[in-house]
Amino acid sequence: MQFFLEVMIGGLLSGVMYSLVALGFVLIFKASGVLNFAQGAMVFFAALSLVGCMEKGAPFWLALPLAFGIMTLLGIATEKFVLRKMVNQPPIALFMATIGLSFFIEGLAPMLWGNEVRRLDIGLVDEPIPWILDNWNMVISKFDLFASGLALGLVALLALFFQYTRVGRALRAVADDHQAALSIGIPLQHIWALVWAVAGFVALVAGMLWGARNGVQFALTFTALKALPVLILGGFTSVPGAIVGGLIIGASEKLAEIYIPPLLAGVFGGNFGGIEGWFPYVMALLFLLIRPEGLFGEKHIDRV
Amino acid sequence: MIKRFKQLTLATSLAVACFAAALPAAQAAEEQFFMIPSYRVGPYGANGQSFYGGFIDYLTYVNMKGGIDGVQIAWEECETEYNNAKGVECYERLKSKAQKAPGPIHTMSTGISYALADKATADHLPLAMMGYGLTMAVDGSVFPWLFPLVTTYQMQASAIVKFLKDKSGGSLEGKKIVYLYHDSAYGKEPILALQAESRLNKFTLIEIPVAHPGNEQGAQWQRIRQEKPDYVILWGWGVMNMTALNTAQKMGFPREKMVGGWWSGSEEDVIPAGDAAKGYTSATWNVAGKDVPLIADIEKTVYGAGKGNLKDTSKLGTILYNRGVSAAVLSVEAIRTAQAKFGKGKAMGPEQVRWGLEHLNLTEARLKELGATGLLPEVKTSCSNHEGSGKVKMQQWDGKKWVPLTDWIEGNKALIHPLFQADAQKYAKEKGITPRDCSKE
Repeated sequence: MQFFLEVMIGGLLSGVMYSLVALGFVLIFKASGVLNFAQGAMVFFAALSLVGCMEKGAPFWLALPLAFGIMTLLGIATEKFVLRKMVNQPPIALFMATIGLSFFIEGLAPMLWGNEVRRLDIGLVDEPIPWILDNWNMVISKFDLFASGLALGLVALLALFFQYTRVGRALRAVADDHQAALSIGIPLQHIWALVWAVAGFVALVAGMLWGARNGVQFALTFTALKALPVLILGGFTSVPGAIVGGLIIGASEKLAEIYIPPLLAGVFGGNFGGIEGWFPYVMALLFLLIRPEGLFGEKHIDRV
Repeated sequence: MIKRFKQLTLATSLAVACFAAALPAAQAAEEQFFMIPSYRVGPYGANGQSFYGGFIDYLTYVNMKGGIDGVQIAWEECETEYNNAKGVECYERLKSKAQKAPGPIHTMSTGISYALADKATADHLPLAMMGYGLTMAVDGSVFPWLFPLVTTYQMQASAIVKFLKDKSGGSLEGKKIVYLYHDSAYGKEPILALQAESRLNKFTLIEIPVAHPGNEQGAQWQRIRQEKPDYVILWGWGVMNMTALNTAQKMGFPREKMVGGWWSGSEEDVIPAGDAAKGYTSATWNVAGKDVPLIADIEKTVYGAGKGNLKDTSKLGTILYNRGVSAAVLSVEAIRTAQAKFGKGKAMGPEQVRWGLEHLNLTEARLKELGATGLLPEVKTSCSNHEGSGKVKMQQWDGKKWVPLTDWIEGNKALIHPLFQADAQKYAKEKGITPRDCSKE
């Protein structure tokens, strides 16, 4: 039981790291109704900008706002050169544009900052908390707890932003119908630039934590793969959904990795380990059968 | 007078035209062309930059020293991004240039090597796979054009077991070893060899796969914590390596009890892991450092002349840079071997280069002449043994650099090579290939 709990808690904490990446997707989806294929590339670009500024001599406290500035510029440029011409186009056209953007960012980032694998030291070591280890014989990492706290804080902030600010409400209007939002005087261009900048900030936080854990390198773009089942489960439009989806995916994939392969090996023979690569997707797809809009997603009703 | 001038002008023009026409032909005849399907961007771009930087620097170095007995080396790079489809595309694009006088092809990718194995055989172009790729091609009787040179995953795994056995006082009986591997063809390749070793040495082998890309290993390491193994053998690539080291630290598993394969043992794998990598050991078939005379001379000669391939010169002397140099040394030596038989100062054709690769004899004396003593082990290939060495060294990361721990360790050849031969013969039967009689080669 103690081992089961340890695996589950470890999974929940990992899930929060997935949620951080999923949050960026949710923001863009809420503003433009499109899945931003470039979110993984943005995480990579943000982390590389942060570590690049630090390499140029900026201390961490300065590099962080500088990297945010770079992400804001990227957001504004995305709006100006990619999205502005796409107003009122079908979502698939916007989606295709984000695929192009993703390849562009993946090429631009190493061109600007180099392709070497870098270490990012944020002053927090990924090691177990001794007190919990001594008294409960469970490994709970300081780093994971910090990341979870940060993610929860970010979610609370974003939820308040969407719910209680004019910009947040305008953003929801834009997501529903670009042209209708424009006709009642909502400045679509500003809203999109702003939301891409906020998504850039979320990407920066995610990139900082994932980069501090695994090194700043191209593989950060793969973090998007972990976020997709979280989105399907939590709903593409819900900020709290991204967190709850992350927790469910994180815990279930870890438990599945530990407990399912021995069962399958008992029946079929062979080694069935490594299922956590695809298990979250199967789970999310099964979930779609029951609740297509996700746990917290908005139910879509078309009146005839 | 005017007529004579016209005649002279015509004669001179003709002579110049003939010379100009003859010059490229003469140059082409004296050039050995290397197609280089490299990767410098994409997920493993950092690894590719160091490896291909070293590879090209050595080719430049040879050219600056007068070529291979006067034959200059030409090359063309093509970006694969470590992607199999792009690797095949590069091969198809460059193969016509390589058909006359090729250099061995190095993809530094097991996937691309698999994709090119049949094509290279059909096109009669030699494919080198140093420490990766199709390992059953050690049996050259079935695979005349494929060369898994120096050593293979299986021999490396066997050498690691030998190292751990020595570390455990000469016996692994009753010990528990976890094999943590990238869940791909690359990671699965040494499993049979490790299973054979576990039966022979009576240790328990626990195989734990990690799904690609391996940037999350919480569950795997929780299982390792539960199993309490004596050692963990790490078989990762890219981000999987540093994630393993960081997660080992998180779970409190001593890094001194972790031994990696050579794709888990470069600076790119340990520097980003910071203190979590300190004390970690890995196998390698080439050493790091600039104190090898050849590497120091490349820096002086090639970079001194401003012809170096690396933008970031801090990579000079790293494991992967030196591996690129080692790969190029073996390629050039194969052409030199061929020249010794088929004619010095001539560009070698595909069959001749293949012969050179199959009759390599890189002795300690030759390595010393090249300034490469200790850089890589002695290599002696033959028709029945396209590997030629099977030796690795163990190195430990001290937090700043790789420190060699052992001399060259050879895997259990008597146990491992029959596995290659069995696989190769099975393959030959399936494909209807009649193996060559190596006693006649």
